Amino acid sequence: MSFDAKYKAQDYNSVGTRPVRPDGVDKVTGRARYGADFNMPGQLVGRVLRSPHAHARIVSIDTSGAERLKGVKAVVTAADLPDLTNGDQTLFDILDNCMARSKAFYDGHAVAAVAAVDAKTAREALKRIEVEYEVLPHVIDVDEAVKPSAPVLRDDVFTGGVEPKPQTPSNIANRSEFGHGDVDEGFAEADVIVERSFRTEQTHQGYIEPHACVASMNPDGTADMWVCTQGHFVYRQNCADLLGLDVSKLRVTSSEIGGGFGGKTHVWMEPVALALSRKAGRPVKIVMSRNEVFRASGPTSATSIDVKIGAKKDGTITAAQATLRYSCGPYEDIWGEFGAKTSFACYGLKNVKSVGYEVLVNRPKAAAYRAPSAPMAAFAVESTIDELAQKIGLDSIEFRIKNAAKEGTRSSYGPVYGPIGIGPTLEAAQNHPHMKAPLGKNQGRGMACGFWFNFGGQTCTDLNIGSDGTATLAVGTVDVGGARASLSLVAAEELGIPYENVRAVVADTASLGYNDMTDGSRGTFSSSMATISAARNAVKVLRERAALTWDIPVEDVIWEDGCAKATDKKHGNLPPLTIADIAETAGKTGGPIAGHSELVADGAGVSFATHICDVEVDPETGATKILRYTVIQDAGKAVHPDYVEGQYQGGAAQGIGWALNEEYIYGEDGRLQNPGFLDYRIPVCSDLPMIDTQILEIPNPNHPYGVRGVGETSIVPPLAAIANAVSNAAGVRMTHIPMSPPRILAALEGESEG
Amino acid sequence: MSAIAVSTTINGDEVEFLCQAEETLLDVLRERLGLTGAKEGCGTGDCGACSVMVDGRLVCACLVLGAEAEGRSIETIEGMANGDELHPLQTKFLEHAALQCGVCTPGFLVAAKALLDANPDPTEEEIRFWLAGNLCRCTGYDKIVRAVQDAAQELRGS
Repeated sequence: MSFDAKYKAQDYNSVGTRPVRPDGVDKVTGRARYGADFNMPGQLVGRVLRSPHAHARIVSIDTSGAERLKGVKAVVTAADLPDLTNGDQTLFDILDNCMARSKAFYDGHAVAAVAAVDAKTAREALKRIEVEYEVLPHVIDVDEAVKPSAPVLRDDVFTGGVEPKPQTPSNIANRSEFGHGDVDEGFAEADVIVERSFRTEQTHQGYIEPHACVASMNPDGTADMWVCTQGHFVYRQNCADLLGLDVSKLRVTSSEIGGGFGGKTHVWMEPVALALSRKAGRPVKIVMSRNEVFRASGPTSATSIDVKIGAKKDGTITAAQATLRYSCGPYEDIWGEFGAKTSFACYGLKNVKSVGYEVLVNRPKAAAYRAPSAPMAAFAVESTIDELAQKIGLDSIEFRIKNAAKEGTRSSYGPVYGPIGIGPTLEAAQNHPHMKAPLGKNQGRGMACGFWFNFGGQTCTDLNIGSDGTATLAVGTVDVGGARASLSLVAAEELGIPYENVRAVVADTASLGYNDMTDGSRGTFSSSMATISAARNAVKVLRERAALTWDIPVEDVIWEDGCAKATDKKHGNLPPLTIADIAETAGKTGGPIAGHSELVADGAGVSFATHICDVEVDPETGATKILRYTVIQDAGKAVHPDYVEGQYQGGAAQGIGWALNEEYIYGEDGRLQNPGFLDYRIPVCSDLPMIDTQILEIPNPNHPYGVRGVGETSIVPPLAAIANAVSNAAGVRMTHIPMSPPRILAALEGESEG
Repeated sequence: MSAIAVSTTINGDEVEFLCQAEETLLDVLRERLGLTGAKEGCGTGDCGACSVMVDGRLVCACLVLGAEAEGRSIETIEGMANGDELHPLQTKFLEHAALQCGVCTPGFLVAAKALLDANPDPTEEEIRFWLAGNLCRCTGYDKIVRAVQDAAQELRGS
């Protein structure tokens, strides 16, 4: 059904207000059910055995000891997950990551799993599985991995994206290049050039809820799964493909999700739970420990990035170039490509070139993490931009405004921009009182910009009108941070009924058509579009029923304030029919009233933000304190401003942790040394100040209300903003994230020695 | 090994259960008693998602053995509301949108109630340091701190 998604300015009754979320009471009373809060009758406890080695050939696995243990109902290895991927490399990599086949590629890689009557028996069973490993040389560091001398992880991976095709396997899985113009020419025109190299360490999404699922597979090929996921339709597809099930026979229900940030867009142990259930003939529940979450799910890439930018004395950038190496873990991905695409997206550049490399290392398979790959690229580029502005003698905001992309600019990664928010966010920063606040000793201010694409994708929504005129909205995009509130507001807006009269639920995979997952900041953008479309379809039915009731042409019926009203003068004495009036008699006018929508939400408007940050650096300890933080971001239209602010604040807080403290620390043996929240320390309440937010609304022309995704961009500028602030406070340019106290002290000492 | 019989009080109700010696209080609450409001985020006392009160003291239920509940009084998130009347902290968390995914919320509420019971008028710094044992990855803590401040004010009747 065609649906006009074009933006139209309007006044709102519901959209833009801040009501309590519909799932709120369940969540403050402990009633909400997350991944680990669900059980099935006869359920077994599943546990996974993981490789202690960073790189090892699996010579043999003897499971007989475990199988003999009383209470053990199933043991699975790769042999129980046969390769059904039919040449699909991406799917094969998912399979291999779920359960190692010939080699274990990282500390924590699954090699076997058990299902037993209780946790204690399952733990004991894991101890009785004997795995013979041939330990191989490993490589953890992204710069080491690209050297010809590095141990090669995969003999079947040859660098893609280069001509001629290489003859020898390599840890560089792919090369991608973006840009336009001639950078050599551009650099020749420059008066000042800054060239720097940067590194960022690997971080984890750090959701508080570990991965959890309950899988139940029947002998007739039907199966059910309860799981915490950002995309139950995608989990269904992956699990069905890997287990050889008919897609429609596997029903996946998404639980409440305790944070994902990209980490719950990939299947990890869910196919294993199904394999265990298939073998045991009983439901199996697997809940990861925090140790497993760190060692075997998530994290984002570690990176090494070289940036070179040149400008004229008047502040015009003449050329910009970046080489970006992103670690992927053992499987090829698109993280270097995303880094290359996003690196210069904030600017209108005549000559620009960015090259991304996907680098295989003996770390866990890298997963999406909130605007994946963009924060590291922004750190490198925005640090270089800041230094360049200082060298030219221009204010850092002024310099950025001068070079900012605008409507009509051809982006560094290809597309031509429509109306965008980079200029407005910079101007808002320039006028913000934060920029004029005084700073004390050892304190510094930094600012930086960030970009994210945003995504739309396949979306399906049902809106059903109840017999009393209230509405149920069934969506297939998982609600990770308040989307049910936003979508209820949208449905209320369209139907002209109170927010309280709408109940939004996330439907399972058997109850609704396919939906892409909640990633790419698409949840509210795409599902609000589908909700508007479904509601307008429902309104059409409501008008038809009113017309039938009145026995007048439907063209003479309009929908206004939640009522059908007859327009033509000859119907002047007809009192309006409320939605409740029409719903009550639906059984006599044609049956249930509903609106449906199936669409591909195109035109997700790109998103920009500017952040300002004040820090104080203790020159004796190297510790950094965030004194003040301001986020300015374009939301297109903030449907529920509380949750838009929440996205801004949450992304900033994650970025602060990344910038100052969080990192995966590996030993010489290639084992992760800090797989827990004590040693991998995310920001706690006492680490942070209040985080100020300013929402700008530059309508997205491709959404009826102008909505843009807001979830991810907020994590893009912090690394750079804080690095710029620390560099200004400490008087030395910081090029390695996280800027932990030892790194800051080393930089300070290096500076004083130099 | 035979199970241990435990008699305890949970949210004012007398409760008896059997558990193994190795089971934590969190295991017992979640797996044996169906009280899944307390969450296991880490199992090592680092995240505070399993915060409960034992004899008026704020603890991580993952660091207490189930058998240690014998003769004690335990309060969990399930007992915070008075029937259908939410505690002011619960109401303020909703009004301030102090939760996104909500998985840390029960722990924050239990910890914040312990703070306000002991200190009805905490400074922002006192709130931040008291809640430093509860991890939230979604909110950046801003709206949580504001909700606690607002609830404190309401509870003081000012």
